[in-house]
Amino acid sequence: MPETTMTWASVAPAIGEIFLTFAICAVLLIDVFSSERRRAMTPTITLGALVITAALLVTVGPVGGRVVLFDGLYLADPLAFVLKLAALLFVAVTLLYSRSYMSQRGTARGEYFVLTLTALLGIFVLASANNMLLVYIGVELLALSVYAMVAFDRDNGIAAEAAMKYFVLGAIASGMLVYGMSIIYGVTGTLSLDELAVRLGTTHSLGAVLGLTFIVVAIAFKLGAVPFHMWLPDVYEGAPTNVTLFIATAPKIAYFALALRLLTHGLGGTVHEWSQMLGVLAVLTVILGNVVAIAQTNLKRMLAYSAINNVGFILLGFVAGTPEGYAAALFYTLVYVLVTLGTFGVILLLTQKGFEADRLDDYKGLYSRDPLLALVMLALMFSTAGVPPFVGFWGKLSILQQLWATGHTSLVIIGAVVSVIGAFYYLRIVKLMYFDPPGAGRPLPEWQPGVRLTVAVNGLAAFVLGLLPGALLGLCSRLLH
Amino acid sequence: MQGFGLLSILIWLPIITGLLVLVLGERAIVAGRWVALGGAIGTFLISIPAYTGFNTGTASMQFVEKLSWIPSLNAYYALGLDGISLPLVLLTTFMTIFVIIAGWVVIEQRPAQYYAAFLIMEGLMIGVFSATDSLLFYFFWEAMLIPMFLIIGIWGGPRRVYATIKFFLYTFLGSVLMLAALIYMYVHGHDYAIAAMQAQPLSLIEQRWIFLAFLLAFAVKVPMWPVHTWLPDAHVEAPTGGSVILAAIMLKMGGYGFLRFSLPIAPDASRELVMLVIAMSLIAVVYIGFVAMVQQDMKKLIAYSSIAHMGFVTLGTFGIYAVVASTGSLSGAVLGVDGAIVQMVSHGLVSGALFLCVGVLYDRMHSREISSYGGVVNVMPHFAAFMVFFGMANSGLPGTSGFVGEFMVILASFKASFWFSFLAATTLILGATYTLWMIKRVVYGPVANSHVAELTDINNREFLVLGVLAVAVLLLGLYPAPLLNIMEVSVHHLVAQAVHSKLPL
Repeated sequence: MPETTMTWASVAPAIGEIFLTFAICAVLLIDVFSSERRRAMTPTITLGALVITAALLVTVGPVGGRVVLFDGLYLADPLAFVLKLAALLFVAVTLLYSRSYMSQRGTARGEYFVLTLTALLGIFVLASANNMLLVYIGVELLALSVYAMVAFDRDNGIAAEAAMKYFVLGAIASGMLVYGMSIIYGVTGTLSLDELAVRLGTTHSLGAVLGLTFIVVAIAFKLGAVPFHMWLPDVYEGAPTNVTLFIATAPKIAYFALALRLLTHGLGGTVHEWSQMLGVLAVLTVILGNVVAIAQTNLKRMLAYSAINNVGFILLGFVAGTPEGYAAALFYTLVYVLVTLGTFGVILLLTQKGFEADRLDDYKGLYSRDPLLALVMLALMFSTAGVPPFVGFWGKLSILQQLWATGHTSLVIIGAVVSVIGAFYYLRIVKLMYFDPPGAGRPLPEWQPGVRLTVAVNGLAAFVLGLLPGALLGLCSRLLH
Repeated sequence: MQGFGLLSILIWLPIITGLLVLVLGERAIVAGRWVALGGAIGTFLISIPAYTGFNTGTASMQFVEKLSWIPSLNAYYALGLDGISLPLVLLTTFMTIFVIIAGWVVIEQRPAQYYAAFLIMEGLMIGVFSATDSLLFYFFWEAMLIPMFLIIGIWGGPRRVYATIKFFLYTFLGSVLMLAALIYMYVHGHDYAIAAMQAQPLSLIEQRWIFLAFLLAFAVKVPMWPVHTWLPDAHVEAPTGGSVILAAIMLKMGGYGFLRFSLPIAPDASRELVMLVIAMSLIAVVYIGFVAMVQQDMKKLIAYSSIAHMGFVTLGTFGIYAVVASTGSLSGAVLGVDGAIVQMVSHGLVSGALFLCVGVLYDRMHSREISSYGGVVNVMPHFAAFMVFFGMANSGLPGTSGFVGEFMVILASFKASFWFSFLAATTLILGATYTLWMIKRVVYGPVANSHVAELTDINNREFLVLGVLAVAVLLLGLYPAPLLNIMEVSVHHLVAQAVHSKLPL
């Protein structure tokens, strides 16, 4: 039912996006017109903008149920609310972790923070998109910001190469997405996800499946599922570590929302088709990600393959094809992002000017140099490997449980066995840190009490959520029912 | 819902003590040591009321605690003890004290973390034995791998990294398949409680797969032939305390798993596949016995001897089906399971003591090779007496605890088949051969070299550790009745469950 007049109630749930848009303009202008000395304030202003956005979201934004605004373009529901808050938290922590890394390399310029905010706006839009056009706008807003962030250090040849690869492949993915959407539109005559769900639920056409295929490919590209993962290791390795951290965290939430809104809602009528497609992709993804990660000598590249492997598990949650399965995928995504955030936090704390701390050998004997960071890293590695008492275990458990519940026996076995293969390379990090003697000539990490405390809290969160996962598991399953 | 109680204290006291030692750090190690010892002794003392307050007249869980843990998964923080888990909990609290004392001044590298790791292990192991919710069980079961991984990797011998990663991956592989089986049962029964799973109706095909998943998890832990190869590596490379905990308690988790999960949850599959397990057990007893004989390294020899002895545990456990099939009565079956549990406790004491003996020698000579020694009795008479005594117990001398369990299992298997008991009984010869031959080469004969000549006899600390263990081994050997009393009702209940078919008639 289209609303004709705009009232406060009809825009209030979108307060986050609205404020963020103003904040982007403000940060851009302030940075351009302030003096060199004042410019150092930009990161703080950005963080302040994030805090205010969060505060506005919490006070004005919450909705009791499913609220559709702006002629059905925009959807506000508790899921979108939680995803946005999580994205805000992750982006804020990302900025905190990156601060000294960027100032050491002279890349802490205003444009970077603007790009961070536009990317975040893209994430917000994706979380709330209820129309394929808006989905596409969200995808592009996020992707274009991130391409620029990868190339931000313009004198760095490797980063430029990574940005180029990312841009070209990402553009193909966007093309796929828009092509798939146009086919779907041609078949059903609607761009609205609500309407699409109704129309596809009754009629079943080959054309819709054709369009679906392109959309699945695009989602796989964005998430980095095999065989559309080629860009991911190069970008993770080539990008400045602060950008890798950004790419590895908040956008995963956005792409989870992308898959959820498009596949399970709009294209929910073709669940049988897409769950089969995702099943094949997920199996290839978990196997390739795990096996290739073993051969890596660069930590960032290893984490890229680890990301591929974890994305495979997220997709497995979708393969289940039930709300419980999507809830498991949501839990897995949140947990994975939390743990990845901490992992890169440790890496960034160890970097120095001229020392990237990205080779595995750089972690030799970390324990004797910095026991706290080694302990945090140990917790995060065991968590990603899925060993209790850390939270990663519950992610794997809920995915496997939903696969059993939907009768995907072979996927359960594959998921369980690849976890063991995966454990090997996470253990190797622990081995390097704890069992090997420290290598010579490593600079001592800079002492940043605030960041260290955040990293420690991050590691502790992986432990506490591992002991008491009930609340988060319950929240995820409530959000998707 | 019952709140925190005795078992929670037993689990969390050592863990918190361990964290405290960790926080005190390496600089306050003198205090840390005493805190660690206090924690270990305190835990042992608190475990005594579990024994004295234990009601031997019932097979149901006692000291029960149940708190809601993960509502959306219907998982509970549920603890309880019965006659099968109580002896193992007591063994854990008892042995940990000696591990702490044995590492008193010997561990020079990061001692605070060493004590902390063992105390945290202790809590987790008690958690494994007392969890009555399978998800909680799995939680402790897996969490335990982390401290053990670090113990072997940090304080181990030269090939420690290889050994510890092999240990971790082997056990992890077994465990994840068990997890898959547990989730399968949850998905169909909507309950993670072990008791509910035991009561859950399952078809033969389901049981077969579940049994195989459990078998892999528990067989790796026991370890049974042919998945035993991680154990010699882990033992050889682990520090003394690690070897003691590994042999004395972690191996028992496999045997405990069979009793708690495999038999009651998949009784029909157990009956069907019993010959597989019995064959694996007998191969462990006989073949591994021969393998032990030719070892050059004392720790490796004891490790192989552990595998052979654990073969008795699995033989006694699964022998019940063969006994019931041939005699038609449950009494022989009960004898076999009793024997298996006694063997577990006894092996915990004896192998732990033997590893401590090797540790005593290793601390002085930094060699585990049998050929480095000879004539130790001439310079270390007190030590030699202990080593010979534990060697005798290891080869099953009547009067020691080693005899009781083996004898019961052989007796029970005789009721099943003459050949089972014949093969099992070869251990009386093989065990004596490899153990006593090692003792002869190490302890007796003329002083082999100048290093041996310089050895000093055990000090008071070592004397205390070995002495208390010797008393325990003797007590259990001469008067096993208290232990058998605790187990009796629970074992009867278990055997009745294990032979009761879950299939519709």
